[in-house]
Amino acid sequence: MTQAVRVKSMMPPGHVRTPIYLRGKIGVIERSLGEFPNPEDLAYGLPATAKPLHRVRFTMDEVWGADAENPCDTLDAEIYAHWLEPADAT
Amino acid sequence: MPHDHHDHDHLSPSGHPFRADDDTDLSYWQTMEIAVRELLVEKDITTPTEIANQIETMDARTPSNGAKVVARAWADPDFHAALMKDAAAATREMGFDIGPLKLIAVENTGDIHNMIVCTLCSCYPRNLLGLPPDWYKSRAYRSRTVREPRSVLAEFGVSLPDSTKVRVHDSTADMRYIVIPKRPQGTENMSQDELVALVTRDSMIGTGVAKAP
Repeated sequence: MTQAVRVKSMMPPGHVRTPIYLRGKIGVIERSLGEFPNPEDLAYGLPATAKPLHRVRFTMDEVWGADAENPCDTLDAEIYAHWLEPADAT
Repeated sequence: MPHDHHDHDHLSPSGHPFRADDDTDLSYWQTMEIAVRELLVEKDITTPTEIANQIETMDARTPSNGAKVVARAWADPDFHAALMKDAAAATREMGFDIGPLKLIAVENTGDIHNMIVCTLCSCYPRNLLGLPPDWYKSRAYRSRTVREPRSVLAEFGVSLPDSTKVRVHDSTADMRYIVIPKRPQGTENMSQDELVALVTRDSMIGTGVAKAP
């Protein structure tokens, strides 16, 4: 079963690898990639804890709504687990 | 006469504007790179020879490395399976020195067309394919590919029917991507070496397709 997740809408300052256009969007985990040193620490030379990284698949309809060229096309992006929450979280 | 500016200021004989020279002052970041490089050398952390060797190693990596990977994936089902499972390991097993590259192969089929972009910067599988084309780093490519991939593809000469699903991959974090283009029709009797010549750089980014034989 594929897990539906929402990208958190937070806007922390600093070096993050989560594109703004995907924040708040819901997708499904396409595959999990294991753990990688947190780039938000690495960018500042801090000791980096390993964080799980997932590839999340979004539909263009979810990302762009009525502006999508073709709503069924998809977009995959790697998102760190601490940027994700269950899609049904309120 | 190209340098006569009486009639057509800044226009070449062909009627187009002359391209601006790029011999401008160093940018802030270029100056910083030189300063850091010289400090690293002065402190004996690296040497000019090591730096030159690294540049040569990177320049030796070209899309032909990727073309050999794709051709083998087309011709060798076992390698194809290994590549789809762990592209970095399969590529190393072929003998390519790809350093710490983490690679995912995505495959075009009759129903699916994959396309690679990095909206945040310009992540690219350099350790396999060499340096990216300039347009890959342009803001236009990076911003438009996630929003209107079909229009971008059309500008590259790739027109897809609505029945083909476009999968854009935004290389945002630690993985890099290579597209395995669809094997062209009429290549059933070609050798692996002959197939290599059909694989273009753009076809491995997904902005192109493999050449017809």
